[in-house]
Amino acid sequence: MNSSTPLAYLDSAGERAHAIVPLTWYMLIVSILVCVIIAWVLLRALRSAQANGGDDETRAVPVQEGESGVHWIRNGLLFSAPPLLVALVWTMVTLAAVSGPPPHPALTLEVTGHQWWWEITYTSPQPDQSFTTANEIHIPVGERVLVKLHGGDVIHSFWVPKLTGKTDTIPGQTNLSWLEAQTAGVYGGPCTEYCGAQHAHMMVQVVAESPAEFEQWRQRQLQPATAAVDAATQRGAALVEYRCGLCHQIRGTSAGAHYGPDLSHLAGRRTLAAGLLPNNAGTLAAWIENAHGLKPGNLMPNQNLAADDLTDVIGYLELQQ
Amino acid sequence: MKSADLRVPAVGPDSVPHQARLFELWEGAGGIAGFLGSVDHKQIGVRYIVTAFIFLVLGGLEALLMRLQLAGPDRSLLTPEQYNQLFSTHGMTMIFLYASPVLSGFSNYLWPLLLGSRDMAFPRLNAFGYWVYLASGIFLYVGFLTGNGANDGWFNYVPYASRPYNPGLNEDFYSLGMVFLGISTSVGAANFIVTAFRTRAPGMSIDRLPILVWGTLTASVANLIVVPAVSLAFLMLWMDRQFGTQFFNTAGGGQPLLWQHLFWIFGHPWVYAIVLPAMGMVSDGLPVFCRRPLVGYSLVAVSTVATMILGFGVWVHHMFATGLPGIGMSFFSAASIAITVPSAIGVFAWLATIRFGKPVITTAFLFFSSMIILFVIGGVSGFMTASVPVDWQLTDTYFVVAHLHYVLIGINLFPVVGAIYFWFPKMRGRMLDEKLGRWNFWTMFIGFNLAFLPMHLTGLMGMPRRVYTYAPDMGWNTLNLITTIGSFVFATGVLLLFVNILRSWSRGRPASDNPWDAPTLEWSVPSPPPPYNFAVIPTVASRHPLWEGRVPSAERSSISQGMLLDVGKETIGTTALDAQPDMILEMPEDSLAPVVLALGLAGVFTGLIMKAWVVTAISTALLAVALLWWLWPRRSLREREPADG
Repeated sequence: MNSSTPLAYLDSAGERAHAIVPLTWYMLIVSILVCVIIAWVLLRALRSAQANGGDDETRAVPVQEGESGVHWIRNGLLFSAPPLLVALVWTMVTLAAVSGPPPHPALTLEVTGHQWWWEITYTSPQPDQSFTTANEIHIPVGERVLVKLHGGDVIHSFWVPKLTGKTDTIPGQTNLSWLEAQTAGVYGGPCTEYCGAQHAHMMVQVVAESPAEFEQWRQRQLQPATAAVDAATQRGAALVEYRCGLCHQIRGTSAGAHYGPDLSHLAGRRTLAAGLLPNNAGTLAAWIENAHGLKPGNLMPNQNLAADDLTDVIGYLELQQ
Repeated sequence: MKSADLRVPAVGPDSVPHQARLFELWEGAGGIAGFLGSVDHKQIGVRYIVTAFIFLVLGGLEALLMRLQLAGPDRSLLTPEQYNQLFSTHGMTMIFLYASPVLSGFSNYLWPLLLGSRDMAFPRLNAFGYWVYLASGIFLYVGFLTGNGANDGWFNYVPYASRPYNPGLNEDFYSLGMVFLGISTSVGAANFIVTAFRTRAPGMSIDRLPILVWGTLTASVANLIVVPAVSLAFLMLWMDRQFGTQFFNTAGGGQPLLWQHLFWIFGHPWVYAIVLPAMGMVSDGLPVFCRRPLVGYSLVAVSTVATMILGFGVWVHHMFATGLPGIGMSFFSAASIAITVPSAIGVFAWLATIRFGKPVITTAFLFFSSMIILFVIGGVSGFMTASVPVDWQLTDTYFVVAHLHYVLIGINLFPVVGAIYFWFPKMRGRMLDEKLGRWNFWTMFIGFNLAFLPMHLTGLMGMPRRVYTYAPDMGWNTLNLITTIGSFVFATGVLLLFVNILRSWSRGRPASDNPWDAPTLEWSVPSPPPPYNFAVIPTVASRHPLWEGRVPSAERSSISQGMLLDVGKETIGTTALDAQPDMILEMPEDSLAPVVLALGLAGVFTGLIMKAWVVTAISTALLAVALLWWLWPRRSLREREPADG
């Protein structure tokens, strides 16, 4: 993964994105060649220019019927046809190869786009093996993962440039995408359908890790919330259940609402507010107090907690690894 | 009909007393009433062009503000809401209020002159079209200036545009404004179609039409077919928002994708509608400076129509990421790749015209010929997005922003500026300055490419479009700064055009009737043309009436001898294909009915947005009165028996 251009998709990292790269390069090179050739022909044709001036110079050059020139159109079309046909066939072949979901996915995710965050549910036939998280997808390297996309409110688009092309999340329909990463790493994915005020800050992150690490992470997610350890975090827990619990869920506590992202194991996530901030105690406190300054228009109100309340809340949330 | 009505128009030579008689008949009244009531296609055309350029400036200023915001990462010059209204209004302005009306302006001004007619087929409808355009543009901008501008991009996807997510008046202004503007586009299109088929000079069969006429005619037919789709979509959206209909609401059984289909079934053909006439300008203007006829006239004319027909079958390439079935998408992918072929015909024809001609490099030539390369760049990036899997990566990134600006600026604005250098002498009777023109061209050309060529790379590096800011560690900083610098250079270039026009308006070198020694009929009349255009109706015998004798033509056109038609405000109606004289067309006098009707409509829409039903009711009554006044039978407009009968 090239860290200086984290979203450059020609430098792909997974099967579904790989399949598109050669076709993209082919079309890009054909396109650049066409531009260069046409520019060269144009400049060569201009060598026959008679004058450089205005109306007097124009009138001074006599009008003539000249050569028919239609053979240029014929030859031009003949030269254009083969690369176009190749593009067409290659497009169909690639489409057939990557469009359908994998027949036996190792994992199935339900991903829902919300203003302005991603809800991610790991499904399993056994209810106790399912869990929900937000904005961060973990997948085992080398495994194909089916992604079922749902529209939570308005239309968003799910895109992880280095792993997969875009598929929209549209209310009323379930779209399918799939992911596979060949190398471990963190792959970002901005929302790519305009969805309102904070469309710019709606990033999903895909963490591809070894199957063992992935399993460890998954087991961690299946655990209930970590209980408070002292008086301060007990106060924090009560505040979180009383206040945050109006909109958020933390599994294993009485905070069980679904308006905002699931906060279970929040402290284990890499970022806050859908990729806006790195996740640590300081940024979390800043976010809770000033969500609107940091992400204007977002749906979480500023909390205006007293300083010691805030410290306790952070203390509790930081336990939720 | 009584035999007294049978009349064969007198044929004779042009003469000074004859011109004076015509002047008497055709000259409009002065003063404010004369201004508001004018039905002269030349005045209406210039008004379209001036208004469109005002909107171009507004849209350009919006773009510059956005480029300042995006010049570096995490900048906070604009709030998200401001940025979102700016990019939406920028798109709406450039696409709906500049790109299409400016071409209507040129076609309005030029068509009767190109066709050898004294006016458009329906002069009052023409005036009405302009007033509605102006009123709807003001309506949309009232929304923007009161903080209620469109805020969901120009293609305005639901459900974000629906009321639960967008409770303000923003989308009501946009919906009603677009329905309003659609009236102007539709009546304009109908007028162009009838004008093209009925008012050509005798002998101007369809294989002798200038390509600009082919372009605008094709675009007009497309507009008549597709504008209803978008007007309907916006009306449905407004009803969803205000009256609880459920066209797009999933919970009520509606479909968000219905919006996208209705919008793009209009939107893609519309793209061709705003480039084909401009391509026509190049096809007609470029050969003049190559001192030869266009290579492959018939192929270019046919390819214009073929592009449009294929253009009806590509709309889904805007929707490749919406989860449609693969088989369906393959069809649209193939059609989008195939449309390259008719588009390429124009490119090869222009290149061959330059290669096998004797080019004279003027400012107009620079704009026309540089358009070829900009067209190719915009074309090949379109070819890339036509491939479904490739598009899954490219779509909704800056790659597409680069693509659409190469298409719209490259194939619309560059030809339009070239057309200004080419036809300004005809419109104003004065030449634009060629030296300043060179500065104008090179600043625009360099600025444009500096701004938009690197943008392809920004897109390949994954920058999504429509973001009000971006993080500093994405690798996009330098590219965005270059784009911002380029956009200001480009804007300076556009400013030089205005300087040139203002300087030449009254102080430019006087232009002769035909300063470029060009072949078509508009150059046979004085610069600027008299109100009646042609003192005698010319009879056309070739594609290049003013080049006959120099390029082969079996017969000679008759320019200074022809039908006089000086007993009333008249022009000749001809048959649709062969342009045989068919009937004398009685043209209407100036009339205030169009402007009153447009005002009535403005009242109706104002009432609707305010939900002030009384205003709507009163305005509807005003509409009815104006319509009645307009349509009241007048003896002077009674059409006569066939002229050659």
